[in-house]
Amino acid sequence: MNDPIAIARSSILEPAGLADHDLDRLLELLTRSAVDAADIYFQTSRLESWVLEDGIIKEGSFNIEQGAGLRAMSGEKTGFAYSDELRFPALAQAADSARAIARIGQSAQVRIGGVAATRQLYEPTNPIASLHDHDKVALLQRVDAEARGADPRVREVVASVVAVQDTVLVLSDDGSLAADVRPLVRLNVSVVVEEGGRREQGSSGGGARADLTYFLVEDRAAAFAREAVRLAVTNLESAEAPAGTMTVVLGAGWPGVLLHEAIGHGLEGDFNRKGSSAFAGRIGERVAAPGVTVVDDGTLPGRRGSLNMDDEGTLTQQTVLIEDGILRGYMQDKLNARLTGTHSTGNGRRESYAHLPMPRMTNTYMLAGERDPEEIVASVDKGLYAVNFGGGQVDITSGKFVFSASEAYMIENGRVGRPVKGATLIGNGPDVLTRVTMIGNDLKLDQGVGTCGKEGQSVPVGVGQPTLRVDGLTVGGTSA
Amino acid sequence: MPISAIEATAERLARLRQTTEDLLKEAKRRGATAAEASVGSSAGLEVAVRLGEVETVEHTRDNGLGITVYFGHRKGSASSSDLSPSALRDAVKAACVIAEHTQEDPCAHLADASLMATEIPDLDLYHPWQLGVEDAIEIAAACEDAALGLDPRIVNSEGASLSTHTGIQVYGNSHGFVAGYPTSRHGLSCAVIGQQGDSLQRDHWWTSARAPADLESARMVGERAAERTLARLGSRRVATRQAPVLFRAEVATGLMRSLVSAIQGGSIYRRTSFLLEHLGKRIFPEFVRIHEEPLLQRGLSSAPFDGDGVATRPKDLINDGVLQTYLLDTYSACRLRMQTTGNAGGVRNLRIRMGSQDRAALLREMGTGLMVTELMGHGVNPVTGDYSRGAAGFWVEHGEIQHPVEEITIAGNLKRIYAGLLAVGKDCDYSGSTQTGSWLIDRMTIAGQ
Repeated sequence: MNDPIAIARSSILEPAGLADHDLDRLLELLTRSAVDAADIYFQTSRLESWVLEDGIIKEGSFNIEQGAGLRAMSGEKTGFAYSDELRFPALAQAADSARAIARIGQSAQVRIGGVAATRQLYEPTNPIASLHDHDKVALLQRVDAEARGADPRVREVVASVVAVQDTVLVLSDDGSLAADVRPLVRLNVSVVVEEGGRREQGSSGGGARADLTYFLVEDRAAAFAREAVRLAVTNLESAEAPAGTMTVVLGAGWPGVLLHEAIGHGLEGDFNRKGSSAFAGRIGERVAAPGVTVVDDGTLPGRRGSLNMDDEGTLTQQTVLIEDGILRGYMQDKLNARLTGTHSTGNGRRESYAHLPMPRMTNTYMLAGERDPEEIVASVDKGLYAVNFGGGQVDITSGKFVFSASEAYMIENGRVGRPVKGATLIGNGPDVLTRVTMIGNDLKLDQGVGTCGKEGQSVPVGVGQPTLRVDGLTVGGTSA
Repeated sequence: MPISAIEATAERLARLRQTTEDLLKEAKRRGATAAEASVGSSAGLEVAVRLGEVETVEHTRDNGLGITVYFGHRKGSASSSDLSPSALRDAVKAACVIAEHTQEDPCAHLADASLMATEIPDLDLYHPWQLGVEDAIEIAAACEDAALGLDPRIVNSEGASLSTHTGIQVYGNSHGFVAGYPTSRHGLSCAVIGQQGDSLQRDHWWTSARAPADLESARMVGERAAERTLARLGSRRVATRQAPVLFRAEVATGLMRSLVSAIQGGSIYRRTSFLLEHLGKRIFPEFVRIHEEPLLQRGLSSAPFDGDGVATRPKDLINDGVLQTYLLDTYSACRLRMQTTGNAGGVRNLRIRMGSQDRAALLREMGTGLMVTELMGHGVNPVTGDYSRGAAGFWVEHGEIQHPVEEITIAGNLKRIYAGLLAVGKDCDYSGSTQTGSWLIDRMTIAGQ
């Protein structure tokens, strides 16, 4: 069975005894008031995780969550209720609560009808069942052995693997049904190394919308283990990081978290409709150096941030945010698109049925330029080369953003020098990309580990970029 | 509370206790040698108002169950949002299947039966708010109104929101311990945007309490949100330098939370703490005392027993500047060959002994330096204590605020920061489970222009 609608019907609606006429009735209840739009989001999500520590499989857990979120919108008002009981009476009560934001009006007759267009960027598989339990155990043991074998200074290894199958069914107010079956796997390894009384930690990992065999090919799991050890050992030798504003060369791939924080959030439709973003009303203006093109693309096959459709049933797309330095567009969900007279860009996402959708990123990255990455490093007399990062944060109103380097080196006379301790970098979103002076030809996407938080909701995302030279980022080290 | 509401709560509690006992029975039936279960249910209302209009009305209702089974020293866990009898059986089965594949871990066991909480004191945590949607909207609107009306430079709003939640959580294990109690939590927050020239700034304020009467008034929350926003207008950078730093009370809590993560059992036995082997050692100046008050009446994180069923008790984490204890649950205590401290699930209501200086006195003591009012990012390395975060605040000279500051970082090492604590103010002026006044630190690196 490969049809998401059929999978969603059999795994969500049928066990709850919900027939099409029940869905008709629920939509009627939800749209009985004078609402502009409404939808019902059904979800069932299964998650399994395994943790290895001290060389043994210490913990395993299985989680199942299911429910439905019912939403009614009138102007800028949204009424929302959800239920983890999927029986009709519980849903009818939720529909009543949700639609109470609008005045009672004409009852709309709705019939469940058309099925929304779909596509397949990933297989609608159940990754939890893709490996036998003893093979999941063996996978983590191999990661442990690889990490411990990589360097005698490794003291502790924690490895975990998580597999999720998320099935969603969106029923829109026009009676159309859309469904998506979303696999997601993630492997993480974290090590502590010690030498001469100094300790450091390193972690690595990756994931995809795929099944668990993803980690068995191309030596991926073992490579994560070696990478975690390499990072930790590198940091054993790190000196104080510099403090002050300087030229920074950012590596390709995960350092694209710069884009996510510096401009991504500021280009989400809700903040721009409300005028609370530093980018509000600036479409058509220059916000980046010539040559800088940034897109948000939910259509990359198998990527962690990709979706066949967003959580409102809209097909995802590639949205150009910045083209050759000029601000071109915002990311929209249905509500903000309706209120600003545009259309959804397939960025309406929610953490679960118990949360309201809002404009969120998918995979956000900068297109490649023409420079050789080595040439970029060689062009810097004195500066910082930052290649690995932790998370970041942004104040979308003032535009100030931070992201924290976890692997960085000094550049002296065009050469990569000694490693320095991790440090937070801070900049101003609306002008940081105008300081991009060189763009590498080595576009890389991250390994599939990103999670973005907004208003308390977490969703998986991707980032990417080529090697970049930025003239003037503030580096928060201790060595002033 | 009306009698009918009290009865309804008692009935819900009894039902959740029954579900907990059913989970434990099912685990036993499947051959588990020990088991522990938790079952919870909560409901709430959240309304948000923006520019005087209702933005969202959310009705929340969450259920959850969790089960951990032990077969000797192997364990498996499962959880579900469905409390039905069939979901309960499926969860126990899933946990048992997982336990077939986990490995022998001598520390995988319940807390000793003798440590179970024997008395469950009433901590006065349950004060439901009989609040209709219209009333909730009115309070949120009044809060935002107070912010918007304070000054013409407040030009926009992210809105005000009011939330009220009640819940019941039950924990039980195969020692025969089963206990639970209802709690409530209410909150009001507001965020507004100010403009000066081309520059926009946003800030917010919030209040949170177990009982509605303990919340700050809507007017006060709105005005403080606006005052904080206005104070940030005209922010600029400062030059890179070393200087003393005053962490204003509401951000000094972050330094206390970093201490908590560094002394948690898991961080110690995994060797991921910069305070490894510091038990009994001086890490703060002698005047510092930090204590935990888990049994505080109406406390935002109060609990009579921890996540293992072990009775909680008040204790010093730091006294005379010396680290008095790690924070241990049953598992980490076993790993470290120590006794659990009743901290499964974390630390509950942290307090620092406050000094005698108000904020103005602290600024005078600092002389010239930075007062930090906002921190950004996660730049704390738990293994080394290295600290580097984005910051905003105010530049201070001769004890007087000169101008707001933004787009800078502050950096140091937590061991050095703790040792360099010069004074703790008496200016604790926010609601939260970690309570402190402002912290004056002798010296940190500021990176800016």
